[in-house]
Amino acid sequence: MMMILGIPAPLLFGQLMLGVVNGAFYALLSLGLAIIFGMLNIVNFAHGALFMLGAFTSWGLLNYAGIGYWWALLLAPLIVGAFGVVLERLFISKLYKLDHLYGLLLTFGIALILEGLVRNYYGSSGLPYRIPAELQGAQDLGFMIMPNYRGWVVLAALVMCLITWIVIEKTSIGAKLRAATENAPLVQSFGINVPRMITLTYGAGVALAAFAGVLAAPIYSVNPGMGANFIIVVFAVVVIGGMGSILGSIITGFGLGIVEGLTRVFYPEGSATVIFVVMVIVLLARPAGLFGRAH
Amino acid sequence: MRLSRRSLLASAAAVGGTAALAARPARAQQATLKVGVLTDMSGPYQDLAGPGSIAATQMAIAEFTAANPGLRVEVVSADHQNRADVAAGTARQWIDRDGVDLIIDLSNSAVALAVSGIGREKNKAVVATGAATSDLSGRACNANTIHWVYDTYMLAKSTGGAMVKAGGDSWFFLTADYAFGHALERDVSEFVRNSGGRVVGSVRTPFPGTTDFSSFLIQAQASRAKVLGLANAGTDTINCIKQAKEFGISRSMKVAGLLVFLSDVHALGLDVCQGLVLSESFYWDLNDRTRAFSSRYSPRMQGKRPSMVQAGNYSCVLHYLKAAKEMGYAQAKADGAATIAMMKKIQADDDCFGAGAIREDGRKIHPAYLFEVKAPSESKGAYDYYKVLGTTPGDEAFRPIAAGGCSLVRS
Repeated sequence: MMMILGIPAPLLFGQLMLGVVNGAFYALLSLGLAIIFGMLNIVNFAHGALFMLGAFTSWGLLNYAGIGYWWALLLAPLIVGAFGVVLERLFISKLYKLDHLYGLLLTFGIALILEGLVRNYYGSSGLPYRIPAELQGAQDLGFMIMPNYRGWVVLAALVMCLITWIVIEKTSIGAKLRAATENAPLVQSFGINVPRMITLTYGAGVALAAFAGVLAAPIYSVNPGMGANFIIVVFAVVVIGGMGSILGSIITGFGLGIVEGLTRVFYPEGSATVIFVVMVIVLLARPAGLFGRAH
Repeated sequence: MRLSRRSLLASAAAVGGTAALAARPARAQQATLKVGVLTDMSGPYQDLAGPGSIAATQMAIAEFTAANPGLRVEVVSADHQNRADVAAGTARQWIDRDGVDLIIDLSNSAVALAVSGIGREKNKAVVATGAATSDLSGRACNANTIHWVYDTYMLAKSTGGAMVKAGGDSWFFLTADYAFGHALERDVSEFVRNSGGRVVGSVRTPFPGTTDFSSFLIQAQASRAKVLGLANAGTDTINCIKQAKEFGISRSMKVAGLLVFLSDVHALGLDVCQGLVLSESFYWDLNDRTRAFSSRYSPRMQGKRPSMVQAGNYSCVLHYLKAAKEMGYAQAKADGAATIAMMKKIQADDDCFGAGAIREDGRKIHPAYLFEVKAPSESKGAYDYYKVLGTTPGDEAFRPIAAGGCSLVRS
C-alpha cells in the first residue's frame, strides 16, 4: 500500500474528499454571512439558527404537507428567506446607524429565541430525515466509499456559490448593490430603492443559509443545535477569508474544510481547534483577512 | 422608592399573616417533603430526561400521596445546563433557602458528582438517575447518595461482553474526548480484553462541537476491526450511527452503541438503527408492569414513551417516600443520611425495575437488558423498537462491591 507521510494513501485521499464536503457547507454558510456583512454591515449571528430553520422547514414540508426533498430545496429557502425579510424589516433595519455591537446582540438574541422555540416544540435529539431515493447508495472510488449524497452536496454548493458570485460581480443588480454599499445616498439619488434592495439582500443571504440547511438535513439529524455547532466555525471562516469578501469566503470555506479533514488524520483531538489556530495566524499576519481589503 | 413607616408596617403584617395562614393547616395534620428535579431542560439530554423526568416524579408523588393522605410532597425543578457550577449553585439554594429534601435526576456525570458532594455536606438525600459514571458508587461514594438506573460498568459489561461472545473480538472506539468518554472506553476495553478480544485502535473526537464524524468513521473502517464501539452519547451517537450507515460502515462492522437511549432510536428512525446492539435497565415493553407504567406516563407526555432515566425518577421517588414513611416524615426531613440508610434497608419494588435492592455503596441493583433494535418490518409502530437479546441478573450486572473502592464498604 502506498504511504504518504506515514499515512496510507487511501485514508489520506478519503479525508481530503470529506474535507471538501464539509468545506461545501462552510462555503455556503460563510457566503451568506459575507453578503449580509458586506451589504448591511450586520454581523448576522442568527445565521446558524436560520440554517437550522431551513432543515426544520424541509422536515416540516415532508411531514405536514408531504412535499419531498427536491421541492424543499426550492421552497424552504423561499420560506425562510421571506421570514428573513420580515426580521430585517421589523428589527434589523432599526440598527443600521448604530455600532456593530447592537446588530450582533440583536441577531444573537434572535438566534437564541429561534433555537429555544424549536427545542421547546421538537426536543433536542432531533428528527429523522431520509436521503432522497435518487441519491441513496454510494460509489466505490477505490480509496474510499463516497456516498452519492455527499457528492451531490459538493456539486450543489459549488453551483450555488458560482451563481451567487456571478449575480454579485457580473450583473447590473450586483453592480447597484455594490455601489449602494459604497455610497447609499448617491445610489438612491439615481432613483434606486436602496432600503428595499438591502432588505432583499438580507433575505437572499438567509435563503442561502436555509439552502445549506436543506442540504444538511439528511446528513445530520435535524436538531435545534445543528446551527450553533456550525456558526462559530463559519465566523472563523469569514474572518479568515476577509469580512465581506464573496470570493474569499468561498475559497476559504473549501480550504478550511480540507485543513480540518487533514487534521483529523494526523491529530484528531485538535480538529475542532485547528480552524481557530489558522484564524489567529491570519489575523496576526493579515488583519483584514486573506482576501479582505483594509478599510 | 421610599417607604413610609405606615406602609412598611402594613406590608410586614400582611406578609406575616399570609405566612401564618399558609403554615397552619400544614402544622395541623400534614407533613411536607420537597423533591428537586435537577435535569437538562435545554441541552442534549432534554429528551431522555428533562420534562419527562418531572412528569415521572409527579406520577410517583401522586400515586403515593393518594394512598397516604397524611403527606404533602412538593416538586421543584431546574435546568442544570450541563454545568457543574450551575447545578451546585441551584442545589445549595434549594437546600438552604427552599427546604428541598431530595435531589434527583442529575443527567450529567459532572453535575451528579458536584451535587452528591453538596448533599453530603448538607445532609440531604441525593439520587442520581441520569448520570453514567460508576465513580458515584465507587471512589466518590458517600452515605447520602444512591446511584439508580445504570452506570458505565453495567453498560460495558452488558454490551461489551455480549458482543465479544457473539464473535466481535476486535474493537475500534470512537470516543468523546472528555471524562465520560474516556471512562466508558476504558471500562469496555477491559471487558473486551478479559473476554479474549482485542482493541485495535481508538480515536478521540473533540467534544462538544463535532457534527461530522465521517473522517473518524473511515479511520475506523481502515482498521478492519469487527466492532465499532461508540463511547459517546446523545447527538454525538445519533450523528455517528447515521453517518456509519451512510458510508456503508454498518455493513462491514457491527456498531455497538455503548450509551443509547430510546429517545435516540426514536430520533434516528429504525431504517438507520436496525441491528444496533445496546443495553438499558428499563424498556417500556418488557412486561405487564412496565407497560402499565408506560400507559400511565404517555398521556402526560404527548404520547412519548419513558426512557430508563425517566422511569428511574419514578422508581426512586416512590422508594424514597416509602422509606420516609417507614421512619417518620419528620425524621426523613431532618436527616438525609438516615433516609438513605432506610432506603438501603427496605426492599425496593416498583413497576419499572421490579424487585431490587440498594447496596452498601449506594448502587441500586436490578437486571440489565441487552437489546437489538428491530428492523422497520418487525416494528408494529412508534416506540416498538427493541427486542431482548439477553438479561444479566442484578447480582452480576454491576461492579462487585469490593472492586469499586467505596469508603463506605467495610472490608
